[in-house]
Amino acid sequence: MADMPGTRPQLGVWKFASCDGCQLTLLDCEDELLGIAERVEISYFLEASSAPGPGPYDLSLVEGSVTTTQDAERIQGIRAASRRLVTIGACATAGGVQALRNYADVAEFQAAVYARPDYIDTLATSTPISAHVPVDFELRGCPIDRGQLIEVITAYLAGRTPDVPAHSVCFECKRRGTTCVTVAHGTPCLGPITHAGCGALCPAYHRGCYGCFGPSNSINFPSFIPLLRRDGMDTLDVVRVLRTFNTAAEEFDAASRKELSG
Amino acid sequence: MTGNGATAVIGKDGLDALIRALAAGGRTVIGPTVRDGAIVLTEIAGGDELPYGWGVELEAGHYRLRRRADGAAFAHSAGPQSWKTYLHPQRERQWTADRGADGALVVTEEDAPVPSYAFLGMRPCDLRAIAVQDRVLAGGPHTDSRYRARRERAFLVAVECTEPGATCFCTSMGAGPAVDGGYDLALTEVVDDGGHRFWARAGSEEGAAVLAQLPRRPADPATESTARQRVAGAADRMGRTMPEVDLQLLMRETLEAERWNDVASRCLTCGNCTMACPTCFCTSAEDVTDLTGDHAERWRRWESCFDLEFSHLPDGPVRATGRSRYRQWATHKLGTWYDQFGSSGCVGCGRCIVWCPVGIDITEEAHALNQERAATGGVGVPPREASS
Repeated sequence: MADMPGTRPQLGVWKFASCDGCQLTLLDCEDELLGIAERVEISYFLEASSAPGPGPYDLSLVEGSVTTTQDAERIQGIRAASRRLVTIGACATAGGVQALRNYADVAEFQAAVYARPDYIDTLATSTPISAHVPVDFELRGCPIDRGQLIEVITAYLAGRTPDVPAHSVCFECKRRGTTCVTVAHGTPCLGPITHAGCGALCPAYHRGCYGCFGPSNSINFPSFIPLLRRDGMDTLDVVRVLRTFNTAAEEFDAASRKELSG
Repeated sequence: MTGNGATAVIGKDGLDALIRALAAGGRTVIGPTVRDGAIVLTEIAGGDELPYGWGVELEAGHYRLRRRADGAAFAHSAGPQSWKTYLHPQRERQWTADRGADGALVVTEEDAPVPSYAFLGMRPCDLRAIAVQDRVLAGGPHTDSRYRARRERAFLVAVECTEPGATCFCTSMGAGPAVDGGYDLALTEVVDDGGHRFWARAGSEEGAAVLAQLPRRPADPATESTARQRVAGAADRMGRTMPEVDLQLLMRETLEAERWNDVASRCLTCGNCTMACPTCFCTSAEDVTDLTGDHAERWRRWESCFDLEFSHLPDGPVRATGRSRYRQWATHKLGTWYDQFGSSGCVGCGRCIVWCPVGIDITEEAHALNQERAATGGVGVPPREASS
């Protein structure tokens, strides 16, 4: 993201189908927020300002998944107007929890939930941004980690690759000095298959990781799933734990389908 | 009283006084305590924080605390951390760089003072592990100055092993259960009709000086002989063994063994074994910049050969499969470590067995490799595999 003479890089923050939590992470940067605002022109960020700039954008942060035909078109325009496009969070990167619709009949949901289903205009699926346009970088998590967001922004400002390891949560858990909740307590934990980035937050509070950062880059499901069963999960539990915020992530989707097919 | 000769018997009050004397001397005292369902290492201020009356039940991929009727403080093994947590911390700054007003970069080496540690409750295998890391981090031409500084300032209180765990095999690795030098003070815990006491020996001048400050009584033959019997008995109660063969040769001769596929089918490549291992030392560099671009920092953090990034080259990872990564770890630990550092990289503490979520057991793998070698005609050095 080269600095043009006399101008700051233009930042756009975009919302698709999502809860806004990842965008809020940017506002939640508090100590660093003024520094970010000094280094980049926050040109489009409706969560923070109702005066959007016209673009183009040096860096676009995209939150949310694509669930409507309008959004499927809108992301094309954003991509065309953005030098770099980074997805932020599980929705934008893996379809989000709303991708549970991918396993169901959306018309049935509409009839059950809405008084006037005919008002609803939606796609049958929730898909990640990368299913529609090329993505330069994907930031995981539900929500994303504030430190990783700042790392991505500073890395692009410095012209370097973001330091966002794709190994398992166990790496962070051990580095943090947390006692393994699976080995010492028999608690089911998705840490061994989940992408690092949260700092191994849940195990530090004696809870198993529930995979909100999605799949790590090195997974062995045939060995891992029996561990969940040993610690008390049945097939439905296993499918449910894989089908949360990253249900449409290719690895989690395939593993949950395999569980159901026996 | 001179260095190595000083011996005494101290009680629980003496142990408490030891912790307080070391802390009063400006040391950060690290010792075992019960927290989060495990006996962990942390900073302690007094003897009441020690895990009196707690033992552990260990198996592959399994760790549970158990109450002990005898009230012993050191009848446990293979905790979730090792002492490298303190001597070789998981993340440490190496240097900072700042761009001045004239555009010139000023690079400053990290110079934050290192703590003076006192480690209480080190097992003989732990001492051996530190000696292994000393050779790696402070023994060669490229010394890690901050590791060395922490190491040289550390006061080591070893406690001999009288209660090996089901995953222990230090006897196979020549690393215990008795101490063999390298400590400032060595203790052996004895609990019987004669009371709860510790046979203490100084291993250094400083150790003798500290021992002389403690409430103590002269070492009596009964305590000493009971302590020796307990340690000798522990050697016969190791839960695991390594095959009694040249492990370096075994690793070299089984590089293409079918067993590596078998273990790879179980390995999660999650990295837990390397993080729990007291001798694994690998790190990677982490470069940090701030938003202004005028300040940068180089950090070093623990890395693992189970990480795909660990062997990443322009064409991708050299060790892409779990098979190649587990084999790299095991053959380095048991085999090529000798070529590189002149000793085994394994001390038989059993942490990698206990803290592997799926319970992969390096001793079981070594036995299986040994059997496969025997079954397939024994000796011979197959060509080294470039990658798999």
